[in-house]
Amino acid sequence: MDAARIVSLQPASDAMPWRRVLGAYVEEARAECLRYLRAPGFMLPVMLFPTMFYLLFGIVMNHGGNTDAARYLLASYGVFGVMSPGLFGFGVSLAMERENGLLTLKRALPMPPAAYLLGKMLMAMLAAGGVIVLLLTMATLLAHVPVSPPQAIGLLLTGMLGVLPFCAIGMFVGTLIKGQGAPGVLNLIYLPMSFLSGLWIPLPMLPVALQRIAPLWPSAHLQPLALDALGAAHVAVWPHVLVLAGYTVAFTLLAARRLRRMG
Amino acid sequence: MTNASGTVASLAGAVKRYGALTALDGLDLMLHRGELVALLGPNGAGKSTTIGLLLGLIRADAGRVELFGQEPQRIDARRRVGVMLQSAMLPATLSVGELLRQAMSYYPSPRPLQESAELAGITDLLQRRYAQLSGGQQRRVQFAVALCGRPELLFLDEPTVGMDIDARQKLWAAIRRLVAEGCAVVLTTHYLEEAEALAQRVVVLAKGRVISDGSVEALRSYVPLTRIRCLTDLDPLAIARWPNVAEVTREQGCLQIRTEAPEQVLRRLLDADLGLSGLEVSRAGLAEAFAELTRADAPQQEVA
Repeated sequence: MDAARIVSLQPASDAMPWRRVLGAYVEEARAECLRYLRAPGFMLPVMLFPTMFYLLFGIVMNHGGNTDAARYLLASYGVFGVMSPGLFGFGVSLAMERENGLLTLKRALPMPPAAYLLGKMLMAMLAAGGVIVLLLTMATLLAHVPVSPPQAIGLLLTGMLGVLPFCAIGMFVGTLIKGQGAPGVLNLIYLPMSFLSGLWIPLPMLPVALQRIAPLWPSAHLQPLALDALGAAHVAVWPHVLVLAGYTVAFTLLAARRLRRMG
Repeated sequence: MTNASGTVASLAGAVKRYGALTALDGLDLMLHRGELVALLGPNGAGKSTTIGLLLGLIRADAGRVELFGQEPQRIDARRRVGVMLQSAMLPATLSVGELLRQAMSYYPSPRPLQESAELAGITDLLQRRYAQLSGGQQRRVQFAVALCGRPELLFLDEPTVGMDIDARQKLWAAIRRLVAEGCAVVLTTHYLEEAEALAQRVVVLAKGRVISDGSVEALRSYVPLTRIRCLTDLDPLAIARWPNVAEVTREQGCLQIRTEAPEQVLRRLLDADLGLSGLEVSRAGLAEAFAELTRADAPQQEVA
């Protein structure tokens, strides 16, 4: 075995300079973002659903031109719009890549494992930011909602960071289901959760039983934060942030455990 | 170890079970620098499991697996490895150039992009989206991804499936060039002529064990028979009684004789039928040796 040891001690390529490792992270994130920006099958539903809903319920049906209602709905549909790049961006892509062999190839290649997840995370954050910008534009230009720059930036940050718990949930679902089944299952989570969190019909108008269980859903914690960022409500921010962070950590750990076990 | 050129990867007594199924049953295998090894075996023989272990995709239940003297799970070990898997769908909306740049970023000192593209024969495809390529072109892109990191050990799992003859010849030339540079290559293939054309060493697996390990010549000598084909009116049953004739078959007027002493049989054959035509003499190929080997290994199946 001496020869084997000699070979392995050769400096050839054992040490990868940190600049190149960083480069791998950047390149992975860049490729992941480009890849989904160019996929209309992903981008169109993510961008169109919340904006169409907002156009319909926040602007067209909002006869009196009530800017308070338009502001409230901006927060609600903002949260609705932020959920989908997280759930679908992570969940569907992971489920597909587990099936079509890309994940296996990436695990065999010397890709830094965290680069894969960070790349998808960044992509989801950018898509979430895109949805928020679209909604903000519609709210200010079409519904004439007065939004101050700090409020706009606050909502943008809420959206881009608020996508993370949904990334984690999507990732976990992606580790449970392979291939084509994932979008259906994710819709079964996405749509009921949106409704139960009061994103479509305000919570106080829902039956009491549903109001009671609302704190179970992460989106029900993100909505008050979005309302707060827009100045439409004043809530204690930290409890909601902590709950959302808890969801993110818990589902990330669950998913990572499953990925390590079976790939 | 007799080979002075060094071991790049090894399995020692590797066992891998999937439930009740034993995929690898104490497999021993050493891969050396600059060597092209063809891994052959019927489906379910353990080829994919062997490669999965060497790449760190799965862990052995028993035995030892080393890649450049380290655990294959170590990313430092895999930075010296290139991979082309049998079924991997690369991101469809990225261009070939972007895919290559992404793969290059994983390695400490990759080959220049243009050089990788030339080696794999895809310089004219760099701007195209992956989804627009034909199956054979996609395989060539996957090959470029495998070699772009200047690997010292290259895994090629059924690399030429879906390629036309021209593309296959070009890929073979590229593989030979990499081997000449000192890269070790592990090739699995169903095309035995591919193993015959490329491999210095052929390892045959069956039921999770190595049943033969040696040069192409050595494997071929497993079947010492030569095949004679010709068009003749002679009675096959009579020829079958000649000395040194192992087997005679007739299909569509064409007579096929298998023999260990082709010179003697041929002389007698030509004497016996002056009108004999369409003569063809060929040595047993790898395909026959392989069939013989794997049949010998599974006698129970024939009984059943």
